[in-house]
Amino acid sequence: MSALIRNGRIEADDFAVLADDQTFPEGRKVIISLARWQAEAVLHQAKNLIVGVHLPNTVSVDELWPILQSAPLVLLEFPAFGDGRAYSQARTLRDRYGYSGEIRAFGGAVVRDQLQAMQRCGIDAFVLRQDQDPQRCLDAFKDFSIAYQRAADRMPLVASLRRRTR
Amino acid sequence: MYRYDSYDQKLVDERVAQFRDQTRRFLAGQIPEDEFRALRLRNGLYIQRFAPMLRISIPYGLLSSKQMRMLAHIARKYDKGYGHFTTRQNIQFNWPKLPEVPDILADLASVQMHAIQTSGNCIRNITSDHLAGVAKDELIDPRPYCEITRQWATFHPEFNWLPRKFKIAFSSTTTDRAATRVHDIGVHIVRNDAGELGYSIYVGGGLGRMPMIAPLIREFLPELDLLSYLEAVLRVYNRLGRRDNIHRARVKILVKEVGPAKFTEMVEAEWAKIRDGALRLQPQDLDLMRGHFTEFHYDPAAGNDTSYHQRQQSDSAFAAWSKRNLKPHRQPGYSAAFVSLKAPGIAPGDVTAEQMDALAELADLYSFGELRATHDQNLVFADVRQQDLYPLWLRLRELGLATPNIGLLTDLICCPGLDFCSLANAGSIGVAQDIFDRFEDLDYQHDIGEIKIKMSGCMNGCGHHTVGHIGILGVDKKGEEWYQVTLGGSAENDASLGDRTGPSIARADIAEAVERIVGVYLDQRSSSDESFLQTYRRIGMQPFKERIYASDSAGVTA
Repeated sequence: MSALIRNGRIEADDFAVLADDQTFPEGRKVIISLARWQAEAVLHQAKNLIVGVHLPNTVSVDELWPILQSAPLVLLEFPAFGDGRAYSQARTLRDRYGYSGEIRAFGGAVVRDQLQAMQRCGIDAFVLRQDQDPQRCLDAFKDFSIAYQRAADRMPLVASLRRRTR
Repeated sequence: MYRYDSYDQKLVDERVAQFRDQTRRFLAGQIPEDEFRALRLRNGLYIQRFAPMLRISIPYGLLSSKQMRMLAHIARKYDKGYGHFTTRQNIQFNWPKLPEVPDILADLASVQMHAIQTSGNCIRNITSDHLAGVAKDELIDPRPYCEITRQWATFHPEFNWLPRKFKIAFSSTTTDRAATRVHDIGVHIVRNDAGELGYSIYVGGGLGRMPMIAPLIREFLPELDLLSYLEAVLRVYNRLGRRDNIHRARVKILVKEVGPAKFTEMVEAEWAKIRDGALRLQPQDLDLMRGHFTEFHYDPAAGNDTSYHQRQQSDSAFAAWSKRNLKPHRQPGYSAAFVSLKAPGIAPGDVTAEQMDALAELADLYSFGELRATHDQNLVFADVRQQDLYPLWLRLRELGLATPNIGLLTDLICCPGLDFCSLANAGSIGVAQDIFDRFEDLDYQHDIGEIKIKMSGCMNGCGHHTVGHIGILGVDKKGEEWYQVTLGGSAENDASLGDRTGPSIARADIAEAVERIVGVYLDQRSSSDESFLQTYRRIGMQPFKERIYASDSAGVTA
């Protein structure tokens, strides 16, 4: 069972990922595929179900934003250590559209050494790869204490610090 | 030059601590090998043929004497007493031990240096003109823009896992000395018709298996929009660059596959959404950064010196060096003096620890404590008073660093090749040596004039062979080292890719082939003012081909 870090804490996972052929469980929060979301989202929301959407890392957030904005959770995929496409999706969601729901990362690259950059791009929940020690992963958010670039987080920016000390 | 403030220092120190911890966890078996590989690459550390290789960043090639002394210290303490300057203004050490690398990085951080993003699929060191700030043909000093870009690119959280490596170079002159159009992004600083500063942006150049000259995607970008535009290019690339095939993953392939027009359209659409956001530069940010690169306090009487001309009269060796290794400086009475790292018997770009220390001392004595690395693998003292040139030369000569061959045939670019690199198919240093032996006579080299030979030991093209006037590429043929030759390449403003001469040439014949190529040029040039490149462009491949592959008894084996 993978651990979940959310907002800097180890938490129990309250969402279940639903395959396209699975029926909705009673009273559970679920995450469904983009295809299913496109077909059924309105239906589920009418029933007050809490339904998140799994976004493949190949799609354009700009194109999909109209149908994503109502989702309480967007699940982004980081399938391999070197595949950084979803970093751009996260920033586009947070920075461009001000998305305020949960952005959750899952996949083979959700490990200690990528967490802080993911957080900087606006990801606030992490489904850790199975071999990761969740307690040690919390240290990742302390690797860097300041940053050169404004991104989707609240890390102190070098430019602002410089203006203050000038 | 740019000096770190406490924030720059903090970031570099935090990086050292991060990598120290990563190394510790790797050695304790807590990070898988392939993932540690990606992490160490982002700290400049490759595992090469014999040992790790550590590539240290020299932003836009600028080094202080203090930093040079630290490089000497690292060469002595952690390596075998020498380093190798690369074609991207960095320096590499070939023998560090993995457990010691965090200590090396800590030593570097103590002099405001690092190895951040010098390899891996991320934004690499920002390079520029090695004569920035002193060149006569320069519009404006490009280094403040380079430093702004360096800071933006450093630990950029979104672009650390790109499809492939990403290189950005700046030029601000009509004679591009930074090979900008074979970079992923080439930035030319320009003025528009209204006199406003800005940039022409080229995207999608590169060497390697599929060499491409970058097309222009924006004629004029306003000065304050630099970072938002770069971010737009990177975002399009991060989203859409190919990840299915490492050989097709550079941005040049994306630009080629969708076409420059469509690529431009995508970048412009992305840029339109962010150009007015937080990335827009503030005029005071630029002013502040320019303040780090102010001119030195030059001696106003430097031009009154007469000793320089007297020395040239009395010492012909000094005169030859002055003619070849000095470039004009904006300031009267000053010159930029090139230190040739292309001496016979030495691998191009190699410098010993003793030479580094001596160069640091010369920088302190004669050039305001600074040196620059060039993309041709030489060094430059950019601000030397005329009267100091002679003592500088005397000392350089003692050090074996005064070969008067800058821009000439033996000032060739060369990758480490099979001797050091695990990617290489063939040696390059040995071939360089053969060419040195063949063209030993400096008068002959002077007669040939400006010619750029560039050599790579494999398709990856670290030696920039495709943009050499004469390019040499090592290939493996049934376990033997063979070489493909190209003619007519250029990395300057008239950038072009070289054309293949024909079948590849055996190791034993490559120096002979170069001599024949040069022979055709000398026979055919309209006057000694017509350069090799001009002659080639006028007469074409055929005469060269005929001579290289002539089937007489001395014909080269192809």
